[in-house]
Amino acid sequence: MNKNLSWKLVVIFGLLIFFLFGVLGIPKDWSGRGVLASITDRIHLGLDLRGGTHLILQVQVNDAVNVDSDNAIARLKEDLRTHKISYAEITKPDPVNHPEMIVVKGVPPDQTSDFKNIIADRLPDYGASSGAENSWTVSMKGQNLADLKNRAVAQAIETIRNRIDQLGVSEPVIQEHGLGQYQILVQLPGVDDPARVKEIMQSTAMLEIKQSLGGPYSSEQSALQEHGGVLPPDAVLMQGKSIGSRNSEGGEQWYLISRASAVTGRDLRTAEPSNDENGQPAVRFILTSEGGRKFFSFTSAHVGDYLAVVLDNKVQEVAVIKEAIHDTGVINGRFTAQETQDLSMTLRSGALPAGIKYLEERTVGPSLGADSIRSGVRAAMVGMLAVLIFMLIYYRWAGVNADIALILNLVILLGFMGYFGAVLTLPGIAGVILTVGMGVDSNVLIFERIREELRNGKTPPSAVEQGFSHAWITIVDTHVTTIVSAAILFIFGTGPVKGFATTLVFGLAANLFTAVFVSRVIFDWVLSRKQRGEALSI
Amino acid sequence: MEFFRDTNIDFLGKKWYFLVFSLVFSVAGVLSMAFWHGIPLGVDFRGGTLVYVKYAHTPDPSAIHSEIERAGLKNARVQRYGQASNNEVLIALDIQETSEQALDKGKIQILQALESHATPGKEDLNNSSSLTVANYLLEKDPLHLGSGADANPRYTAIGQAIVDYRDKTKSGVLGSISNDELKSVADPAVVAALQDNFYVSDFGIRNVEIVGPQVGQQLRKQAILATLYSLGGMLIYLGFRFEWIYGVAAVLTVFHDTLITVGAFSLLNWEISLTVIAAILTLIGYSNNDTIVVFDRIRENIKLLRRERLADIVNKSINQTLSRTILTAGLTFLTVLALFLFGGEVLHGFSFALVIGILIGTYSSIAIAAPILVAYQDWRGGRGKKPMAMPLRSGSGPAQPKEKVKV
Repeated sequence: MNKNLSWKLVVIFGLLIFFLFGVLGIPKDWSGRGVLASITDRIHLGLDLRGGTHLILQVQVNDAVNVDSDNAIARLKEDLRTHKISYAEITKPDPVNHPEMIVVKGVPPDQTSDFKNIIADRLPDYGASSGAENSWTVSMKGQNLADLKNRAVAQAIETIRNRIDQLGVSEPVIQEHGLGQYQILVQLPGVDDPARVKEIMQSTAMLEIKQSLGGPYSSEQSALQEHGGVLPPDAVLMQGKSIGSRNSEGGEQWYLISRASAVTGRDLRTAEPSNDENGQPAVRFILTSEGGRKFFSFTSAHVGDYLAVVLDNKVQEVAVIKEAIHDTGVINGRFTAQETQDLSMTLRSGALPAGIKYLEERTVGPSLGADSIRSGVRAAMVGMLAVLIFMLIYYRWAGVNADIALILNLVILLGFMGYFGAVLTLPGIAGVILTVGMGVDSNVLIFERIREELRNGKTPPSAVEQGFSHAWITIVDTHVTTIVSAAILFIFGTGPVKGFATTLVFGLAANLFTAVFVSRVIFDWVLSRKQRGEALSI
Repeated sequence: MEFFRDTNIDFLGKKWYFLVFSLVFSVAGVLSMAFWHGIPLGVDFRGGTLVYVKYAHTPDPSAIHSEIERAGLKNARVQRYGQASNNEVLIALDIQETSEQALDKGKIQILQALESHATPGKEDLNNSSSLTVANYLLEKDPLHLGSGADANPRYTAIGQAIVDYRDKTKSGVLGSISNDELKSVADPAVVAALQDNFYVSDFGIRNVEIVGPQVGQQLRKQAILATLYSLGGMLIYLGFRFEWIYGVAAVLTVFHDTLITVGAFSLLNWEISLTVIAAILTLIGYSNNDTIVVFDRIRENIKLLRRERLADIVNKSINQTLSRTILTAGLTFLTVLALFLFGGEVLHGFSFALVIGILIGTYSSIAIAAPILVAYQDWRGGRGKKPMAMPLRSGSGPAQPKEKVKV
């Protein structure tokens, strides 16, 4: 055997061991069970094989924008007052579609430059443009708006991750779902009853403490009537927490609540379950020092006014401000003990900056996953054996060569998946089978070409040489096109489909190496042991 | 062994038969898409709610349907699913009953309807999570472990074992809570405790899919984009590697394959899911494989046989690669057939698309792609232009064979 060939054999064996380690790791014991455990430790099964819950949710980023612009309005009013700039009214003309837009009407023309200065100084994220009849449109700047929305998504991911971690789900996936706008993909392996998880994830736990300007009213209509049909522009009607569940006489309750908040969940340092003065379950919170300062200045200015604790846009309780409060408070709202625990947990984990909406929910029960593994593996075995046996019969010793290349192809494919932490899904198993079917194409191409060259009277070494060199271009072309479509699948697909694309890409890439390089080395090795002119078994 | 040796079939001479064959299938598919079944989109693209339920006995879809109707879901579709021996039922709600305001409302209503025969005051062991079982056992403490440190892990393990046994050995449905049924996983004391709080219904939920309208629309758009990008990618790559007409011929061929495959789904009224789209994209790659192998040979032969007519070169090339084409198709078909037969219900649509696609993809590389090349040249010839020389772009290949082969 020449030196060149031995080196190639060493490379192949080295890679074999490297990728075998990728699949197997080092099992604790070499029994069947130990090896299997070691494999499943390295190759992660997708949700469709393990069972679990897959959710896509959307962050209602406009909520976050509305909070920001409401606060901007409050600041603007205060500044206009201190600078003695008069105005007719400040509104948000379209809070649903354009929550970033504020319209200020009736700014006197001689105060225009003062007005513009205030916007530039005090609301640097906003820009003002003048409209008809002394009105100004104050909108958040495009870049800042996009930042705010993206920040809301990032913060939502962080918050959801905190909450899921506290629930003890192993290996959850929580990431931005790049295919849609402001969407988050959540995968929870092993969770086949998503109800409680969803509840905990969904509770925005958006805590706001605001001034209550009136109420309770028994309905929206009566609240409107009370105010002559028009609400003050800086206030909204909010429903009180329904008490029907625990207290049968409770009807609807509505409050008139100021838009701006004194403090929000972001100002919280911590929250914990506790009891109120009547011994009922409640949640006690402590504000950060910055939040405490804000709260103190607000409460000292509003002694005697009413304060509303608003959670997820529902009024939890309304209480009179007896004295200036520094940094602690209690939320009580007819909770159960379990509810106070979940609520303090969600408050601690940080508020979701905006509401979330579920767009997609898929749950795979573990029984289906187990059945899928069984049928997937069976199909893979049958398909693979069929191919291996056929190659042996059709190409004889060259068939052995092809079979070795195919098996090595599989080992490399699975090894890749082990090293990259790729996820094996049911379509992924199909991808493995398909890799066998399509991978063997390279061998067939080469072998048929060698046969053709032999028929044309070439000697075995030259026929092998010609066969490989001619087939090589074709193999590159065919692999590139298939990998292109698989890569597009990888980019566009999620979950199971992505798993399929992964195995297909890895499998075909490995095939380039095994069907061309390994197969060639084996041929060369066989030829090196043959006498000149001896026939090739193909 | 050798199946094909020195075949010399005049494929181009049969191009009219091929054309008729392809037209019949394409037109049938298109007609079905336009006037009969439309394009039957699965829940991934349409949106809606699917609940897969496995029963302990042969289910009666009409009884299930009326139960669900009584619960207020008027438009539920209930049908048997998979092999009859699996006792599975698929309950489907359309998008009208799946809104994003309360995404899982339909699912909850279905579950409530199915549980209408529940034993009052007891929980359904067939639809309880391991946590529920473990928490109950921990509270009840049938093994008298007290509040020792090992009670929690012990009962958690028992709960997990019972649920695993139910899901992995019994496919999700326990027949009864008895020592007989649970002897491999639980003590008699545990079984007795379970009997106090649990009953077993005759079904287990296997799988739930709920897709809201927004995601459905998103996925639809992505599937179309992915297919178009894939075709575009082929066109560009082949245009770059060969002449542009090769790229066009290959893409037309693949389009023909896709049309017939989607048409087959429409004719059979089988739903196209995300995985079917994955299969179709794979086919685009696979069918191109076949086409490229033939094209590569044509390109090689054009260099060698400068004087021959293109039609003869094409015929010769198809014949030379015929053995490989049939073998590869056969082997890939074998693996896909294994998937179709043994891969389980979840992969049925996927493997069916591959089965159809491999047959069509192999056929089309011979019967569609090559004739397009010849037809294009004839058309150019007919317009008085010089016949297409189709020169090989020198240096465009990654590794051109250095020595020319004489045939």
